Amino acid sequence: MSNLVSALNHAKSAGFASVEETGLQGMITVRGDLASKAMAAAVKAATGAAVPATRKIEKGDTGAVAWMSPDELLVITSYEGVDSAIEAMKASLQGEHSMVVNVSDARAVFKVSGSAEDVMAKLAPVDFSTEAFQPGEFRRSRLAQVAAAMWKNDDGSFELVCFRSTAQYVFDLLSVSAANGGEVRHLS
Amino acid sequence: MSTRLASGGRLLNKGKAVEFTFNGKRLQGYEGDTLASALLANDQMMVGRSFKYHRPRGIVASGAEEPNALFNMGEGSKFEPNQRATTTELFHGLTCASQNHWPSLEFDVGVVNNYAARFLPAGFYYKTFMAPRAAWKHVFEPIVRQSAGLGKAPKDRDADRYEHFYAFFDVVVVGGGIAGLIAAKAAGASGAKVLLMEQTAHWGGRTPVDGGEIDGVAVEDFIASLVNELKAMGNVTMRNRMMGAGVYDHGYVLGYERVADHTPNAVGPRHRMWRIRASQIVTATGAIERPLSFAGNDVPGVMLAAAVRDYVMDYGVSIGDRTVVVTNNDDAYRTAIALKNSGLEVPVILDARASGGGALADEARALGIRVENGKGIAKVKGGKRVTGVAICAQAGEGSTLEEIKCDAVAMSGGWSPVVHLWSHCGGKLIWDDAQAHFRPDASCAPTNQNGEGFVVPAGTANGPLGLNAVLADAVKAGESAAKAAGFTPKSVAAPQGVASDEAAMEPVWLMPQGAGPKLRMKAWLDYQNDVKVSDVRLAAQEGYESVEHTKRYTTLGMATDQGKLSNINGLATLAGQLNAPIPAVGTTTFRPPYHPVSFGAIAGEARAETFQPVRDTPISGWHSENNAFFEPVGHWRRPYCFPRNGESHAEAVKREINQTRNSLGMLDASTLGKLVVSGPDAGKFLDMLYTNMMSTLKVGKCRYGLMCSENGFLIDDGVVARIDEETFLCHTTTGGAERIHGWMEEWLQTEWWDWKVYVANVTEQYAQVAVVGPNARKVLEKLGGMDVSKEALAFMEWKDGKLGDFDARAYRISFSGELSYEIAVPASQGRAFWDALLEAGAEFDVMPYGTEALHVMRAEKGFIMIGDETDGTVIPQDLNMQWAISKKKEDYLGKRAQERSFMASADRWKLVGLETLDGAVIPDGAYIPAAGENANGQRNVQGRITSTYYSPTMDRGIAMALVHRGPDRMGEVLDIPTLDGTVLKAKIVDQVFYDKDGEKQNV
Repeated sequence: MSNLVSALNHAKSAGFASVEETGLQGMITVRGDLASKAMAAAVKAATGAAVPATRKIEKGDTGAVAWMSPDELLVITSYEGVDSAIEAMKASLQGEHSMVVNVSDARAVFKVSGSAEDVMAKLAPVDFSTEAFQPGEFRRSRLAQVAAAMWKNDDGSFELVCFRSTAQYVFDLLSVSAANGGEVRHLS
Repeated sequence: MSTRLASGGRLLNKGKAVEFTFNGKRLQGYEGDTLASALLANDQMMVGRSFKYHRPRGIVASGAEEPNALFNMGEGSKFEPNQRATTTELFHGLTCASQNHWPSLEFDVGVVNNYAARFLPAGFYYKTFMAPRAAWKHVFEPIVRQSAGLGKAPKDRDADRYEHFYAFFDVVVVGGGIAGLIAAKAAGASGAKVLLMEQTAHWGGRTPVDGGEIDGVAVEDFIASLVNELKAMGNVTMRNRMMGAGVYDHGYVLGYERVADHTPNAVGPRHRMWRIRASQIVTATGAIERPLSFAGNDVPGVMLAAAVRDYVMDYGVSIGDRTVVVTNNDDAYRTAIALKNSGLEVPVILDARASGGGALADEARALGIRVENGKGIAKVKGGKRVTGVAICAQAGEGSTLEEIKCDAVAMSGGWSPVVHLWSHCGGKLIWDDAQAHFRPDASCAPTNQNGEGFVVPAGTANGPLGLNAVLADAVKAGESAAKAAGFTPKSVAAPQGVASDEAAMEPVWLMPQGAGPKLRMKAWLDYQNDVKVSDVRLAAQEGYESVEHTKRYTTLGMATDQGKLSNINGLATLAGQLNAPIPAVGTTTFRPPYHPVSFGAIAGEARAETFQPVRDTPISGWHSENNAFFEPVGHWRRPYCFPRNGESHAEAVKREINQTRNSLGMLDASTLGKLVVSGPDAGKFLDMLYTNMMSTLKVGKCRYGLMCSENGFLIDDGVVARIDEETFLCHTTTGGAERIHGWMEEWLQTEWWDWKVYVANVTEQYAQVAVVGPNARKVLEKLGGMDVSKEALAFMEWKDGKLGDFDARAYRISFSGELSYEIAVPASQGRAFWDALLEAGAEFDVMPYGTEALHVMRAEKGFIMIGDETDGTVIPQDLNMQWAISKKKEDYLGKRAQERSFMASADRWKLVGLETLDGAVIPDGAYIPAAGENANGQRNVQGRITSTYYSPTMDRGIAMALVHRGPDRMGEVLDIPTLDGTVLKAKIVDQVFYDKDGEKQNV
């Protein structure tokens, strides 16, 4: 539908690393007992993945699921697949005290490729060294002055999620941090 | 004169000349020069005027401790004052100018202060400016302002880019001299992750200047292979041009990397602030030579002995043809030897020690240099340049024994370890009698979260000054840091240097020791702030016994060099005057940064577009394109109004209100907070949070509610919609979303953790548009889809459905008093929905309105606004909102507080409306005085204005106010004084000015 526009509509910039707003992404906030069988079934039904351990992200056939807090997960699906994922999870969690909320439109998603660690480490107080932050790691932290959650992909690129209203700020932050001449050559 | 020698200069690339400009003169240096060495090579010995007396001052040092050579650097958007010549690498096109003189460096009017020095003693300002009072404003302040400050303030926006970088290490070694290199190797060998930083561009520090051998090879070669070894270690990171600026709690270190100061036209950031977490920190920060206090020790040409040596060896620059060396230790002999070996004259070495020096003294004598033991300088001759010295006995009072012509003096009063970083976080010092210096007390290290030391000093920074002792100490420091960081050090034998047999130094705090007042008045302790031996003595006489008080009274150590040269000499002088041992006097506090850092580096990326996050709604783009005048609301930017065709803001607001009341307006309400509260106990939870009953709300209905703090004060308001049996959607104010979300989580996590409730903040999931006015229903019907008739969607109801192509949730709520719908659509459909409404509304001449129209319309209806009618001291009862407070509920947050006697009192200020008798608008924030005065002689007050506007609907000023017993005084006329002295008369009326019965919104 032409009415649908993500926060920055696939804005891109490139310096020594490249930055891209990746467009609409399905995202679901799930709260409940992460250790319960029902939760495992719900996450499996929505993504094909298992419930992640603390500070991890698990990937499955139809999506991914990230650990947000001791009672909160972030389920990531295609934008179109959100409604069916929510339905499937609600069915699995029937009778359990839980919450399943669509937050796809409340967020913006960015991808940083190239020497991504050096860009990320300018903005987030996180140890991004390869020994400390491997693919599958997930952090809720901040980028300069705003909240963000971030993870590393198998190809070494980073993806991160921020609130939709701060998308331009985050894009500007990432772009200036990845601008040419700013190579730190410490982490990547 | 100072000049470039034909040979020498190990740091120079003489194949590459570099041009620069000083005070408009074009000069030349070489690649590898510092600005200081290049100026000296051009015989520019005098570099500035002193702060207070405007005395000519020359370069004294070769490193970060330099007090005098500060310049206004660069031009326009690259201008920066107070840049130190000794730490500035020369680059092609560098432009600098000297500071603190008028009209010129050579001829300065302010120097009259020098002749009046007798009248400008310590504490001059404190004594002089006490009386008469009026003199401060008219006489003293203008003079002080004229003479204050060294550099100029930049006028243009900084053209450069800055950034931060977060890094994590097991061991951080600060200082890339011989001790730092060896400590880094020792720590790195254990497998620990090590960062080694060095503030200059070179590794190895001062050791190569003094030459010699380590492990049988020349020092320079030893360092080169050590650097290569470290570079090859995968777990060791080396960064030069990076200074350890400060050490903080929990192993936090700031590293100030000057990425491009030496290449100002390169693309990229100028400075990078490394924000480092380290398990252990090794401070291999070296030592600083102390000046000697003799009369005229500030005349250009008097320099630290080691600096004279540095300039010869590192930069091939001689300070003068004839250099007198004056010392209380053996190290300065190295300077004499280096000068002699470079073909320069050393007429005499004055050794203040009666017993003289050791092996180095013998070496000097063997080179034919005259050595005088037990002698010192009575006085330096010359004004803008040293012309000679008068020699005296150190033990005497300064009678001249002999005058010797010279054009430079190399002085050494001993060495003080750089203990700043050790001390920043609480490391204690002990006084070393043998070396006459403070050094780190290993038994009182700064401690981490486990109560264990996390800073390890290494090399000369730890006290030892001899090469072999330094090497051994550095190995030990590196190993113990690695061990404390949880690694197993590999025991390595310390490298061995060639030891030289040095005689003990002798402390000399005044030269000659019996110098009288006249000489003391010209013996400088602090060059940059013009503090002399006589000033510190005077301070002690006047009762300033604490070193911290003396510092502030005399300004000793308070300039941009923070007393790197003056601290120890100053406190030794104070101790002498107080007749107390030096350790009993103690030191002033060492505070970060070690050396000034740029504001840009502190700000990092936070400038221009990224200064602060600005939050945008999905519709913000339209607002910008349509001439919105924005106002900040939290981090959001909201349109205040949309001026058209040169309208004033007031005219725009009036037009927007009239059009909304008469036909159709729309408002971007996306910023309103939206919190989903869900679970079996959600109703019970909301009954506790809101003053009114929410659990009884029917699915599909909306209810306005108030939230109070546990102290009873109103903190937020908004409409709650019941989505299903277990789920509510709570609207908050724009600024309240995050705060109220946190408030809910706090109660759920700390008090009612067993209640089955979850909360999620979905504020940004939706774009929300208020469609307002008599034609609101018609425009929605035009879009088509859900039934929005009065029957299908009554006032204070909500419904999900389609409006045109859009997934919509429609709330029938009104903050304006008109027929009104708030429509929420998913944020990614927001802009398209807004555009569709504009198109459909065109036939009704729809007008978007801003926050000011929103405010005026709600005030016309007498609705309160959090932050206007409330200020953290207002309870709902003050606002006559008893109707929104449940009497059936056993409890809610704030209930008990509101029952306290003074909260329940009838004597509180309560909300009323005000109408001026002449229709004028009351100024915002006005007070309503009462008769008489209070105990402080101030006018009594009986109320204040909370909201005041011109109402286009009423065509007159309207206001709301909190007034003492206001609702009991309807019809009374109050006097409201304004700032221009006139008094407005306003009548107390009902706060609802427009459509009290709600007929317009309920159609």
